[in-house]
Amino acid sequence: MSEGIEGIPQTAEQETKGTKEDKEARAAQEAAGVEQTGVSGAAEAAPATDRADTDFVNPLRDPQDRRLPRIAGPSGLVIFGVTGDLSRKKLMPAVYDLANRGLLPPGFSLVGFARRDWEDQDFAQVVHDAVREHARTPFREEVWQQLAEGMRFIPGDFDDDTAFKQLRSAVEELDASRGTSGNYAFYLSVPPKFFPKVVQQLKKHKLASAPEGSWRRAVIEKPFGHDLRSAEELNAIVHDVFDPEQVFRIDHYLGKETVQNLLALRFANQMFEPIWNRSYVDHVQITMAEDIGIGGRAGYYDGIGAARDVIQNHLLQLMALTAMEEPAAFDAASLLTEKLKVLKAVRLPQGLGQGTVRGQYAAAWQGGTKVRGYLEEDGIDQSSTTDTYAAVRLQVENRRWAGVPFYLRTGKRLGRRVTEIAVVFQRAPHSPFDSTATEELGSNAIVIRVQPDEGMTVRFGSKVPGTSMEIRDVTMDFAYGESFTESSPEAYERLILDVLLGDANLFPRHQEVEESWKILDPIEQYWATHGRPAQYTSGSWGPEEADEMLARDGRSWRRP
Amino acid sequence: MKIDLTDTTASKINKALVQGRRAIGTPAVGMVLTMVIVTDEENAYDAIKAAEEASHEHPSRTLVVIKRHARTPRDRQSSRLDAEVRVGADAGTGETVILRTYGEVSDHADSVVLPLLLPDAPVVVWWPVDAPEVPSKDPLGALAQRRITDLYAVEDPLETLQARVRAYAPGDTDLAWTRLTPWRSMLAAALDQARARIVSAAVEAEADNPAAELLARWLEARLHVRVDRVVTAGPVVTAVRLGTENGEIVIDRPEGPLATLTLPGQPSRTLALKVRATSELIAEELRRLDADEMYAIALNGEATEETPAHV
Repeated sequence: MSEGIEGIPQTAEQETKGTKEDKEARAAQEAAGVEQTGVSGAAEAAPATDRADTDFVNPLRDPQDRRLPRIAGPSGLVIFGVTGDLSRKKLMPAVYDLANRGLLPPGFSLVGFARRDWEDQDFAQVVHDAVREHARTPFREEVWQQLAEGMRFIPGDFDDDTAFKQLRSAVEELDASRGTSGNYAFYLSVPPKFFPKVVQQLKKHKLASAPEGSWRRAVIEKPFGHDLRSAEELNAIVHDVFDPEQVFRIDHYLGKETVQNLLALRFANQMFEPIWNRSYVDHVQITMAEDIGIGGRAGYYDGIGAARDVIQNHLLQLMALTAMEEPAAFDAASLLTEKLKVLKAVRLPQGLGQGTVRGQYAAAWQGGTKVRGYLEEDGIDQSSTTDTYAAVRLQVENRRWAGVPFYLRTGKRLGRRVTEIAVVFQRAPHSPFDSTATEELGSNAIVIRVQPDEGMTVRFGSKVPGTSMEIRDVTMDFAYGESFTESSPEAYERLILDVLLGDANLFPRHQEVEESWKILDPIEQYWATHGRPAQYTSGSWGPEEADEMLARDGRSWRRP
Repeated sequence: MKIDLTDTTASKINKALVQGRRAIGTPAVGMVLTMVIVTDEENAYDAIKAAEEASHEHPSRTLVVIKRHARTPRDRQSSRLDAEVRVGADAGTGETVILRTYGEVSDHADSVVLPLLLPDAPVVVWWPVDAPEVPSKDPLGALAQRRITDLYAVEDPLETLQARVRAYAPGDTDLAWTRLTPWRSMLAAALDQARARIVSAAVEAEADNPAAELLARWLEARLHVRVDRVVTAGPVVTAVRLGTENGEIVIDRPEGPLATLTLPGQPSRTLALKVRATSELIAEELRRLDADEMYAIALNGEATEETPAHV
């Protein structure tokens, strides 16, 4: 009797779990405006295979056995636009580094797709050169051999049906010869205007729907649209073919160790979280500065600008991680819930003219070289109003942050390349020292240095050695390079591995992307109809208007 | 920067460390652990080199204890401690202190080491050779969270292995086990793909190889099948065969860093399975400093018996 009772609830529970997943999958599809045909087969098959998967427990794996690394299951990676810069400098080296660290499954396959008249060997040579030049870990012949066996190249255009037929047969051939088991990630390293074409082709040639027991994932890079409407369109196009759960949006900042450490810092420690609120924090500054200009990217950059290029994705993500409440668990769903809550609570400044600043870099000497201004760059119209610098003041309207401004700024041709999150604290409510003693004392701050020199700085006052009482700011440093590994993995390594493992923690979901556009769209609209960007000297820390914006609030920018 | 101290004490060494740090201009340090290496003069060079390389991943204060044997009875009477303090570029990313003990102080090396440990940071002891019978009861071993021994460096590995089983305390670990990690992770990955019940198993290795014995014990403990041990010409572990109902899963590494993986019903493919350098093994050891429960399980597994290869 006891056997029967024990048996029944278990099955019932499993079934409810199954139908719940089904429902969620369907709801997600409906939300994205997806028709039920085509994708539904894959979505329905997924829970069933999940159940079959849980039947087999690998006896060689054990949670206690933490030496065994997380190795991706049998799988392959298909890169569209494989001849591009990103692919050569980041993706291919990252794949090699993963293989070298033993984190790729035996039989892992890499398929390149581009408009080149290449054979498999030519492609292997290109990858070889890219790896030699850009990989982080030393080149080892045996690792290379293991990888090279699984490399294929498909020449062709995105509307070339034969090429996609070839891709399909290559995928099937790899399943048979390399045991990739039908698991493929499609990395769309192509300009967004090609997204619809590529995903439609994948759908048409049945590459996007996973055979039972396997997965097909799409990996896309920014920009995720240029405003809310285009982002929604883009999401609809991709979700029409891939299940929303299987779409991975790369924001490489989230793959950085420091950004992940921000969560460890906040939620694994006791000493920071109690002061992480409006009672102690005066304001937060999030900066992403580049020292380079637009280079040869005029075509992409003009009309987009710094705010769309950086604030919409990177800075708002960093802000969400800084401001969010503790997630219920460290998993994709809980993180999404908390990040969305923060993004929805963001309020724009009352007067957009007062609370936002944009600028364009002007010709000057920067770091010892003479550089051109934005308007003099090749391919840029003299009357362009594209912002190469943007700063905004945002408020997060919730109990924790009410009244604490978040200043976000980004720009090109600034003093140096740096990304950081600075949480600046209020001054001590009362000082027993006289004002001359604390004349040189600033505000306490915790600074998360995202790049370069990843780590964290705590800034506080300390007595200057000597007879009189004089207090001055000092900093205490934690550097990743110093305290842990000299060679922490590249962001792309981590993110590619996560895609293959299906771990979506570090990837923004489409809801976040859309919510971020809702924050930025009014600002862009205001800018489009009001005035022109201010000019700032290349190599400085931005236009004077930005300093004035903080001065009005009685604050000033940090020099990062 | 190097500071030599002759006939010295722990407090003078501490002063020299602060002095050295001041001189190179980094008074604050971000070291994460203290590594104590107990060795003889002959093995010191290689061990220090490995530790310095590993310190790039885990910046640490390395204390090298070298016990010197005096040749004359008169020298044996006197007790002396010499030290060489290295900071900055001479010491990887951390600090290294080489302690040479003469005479009686050799038996009380822990009294020198204790004041030199980093505050609060974990302590790891590594014996590249001549590990004590019971590592956790050794005066230096008792200071440490983690005690690293090496079965490859003993005269009779399999017999010593049995002694380690009896002496095991949480925190013990052995480089013979560390060497297996790539094998074990590839076997686990292979089984992830094959998704089949294992009915038989065999480990092929050179004779008297302690890593092969640990691998066999681990497989037996996890798979609950009898594991055959086949003696081959080596080097080290050359192959592992796991039998399923549909055929064998084989990882075969006859020589060199390239192995072949065969799964039932699938074509074979190559994989990189390199024999790693000591510094890499030490770096792996330092990644986790709590007790390695899986090592305990493997260590306590059924002993297996070697059979010659049936060629």
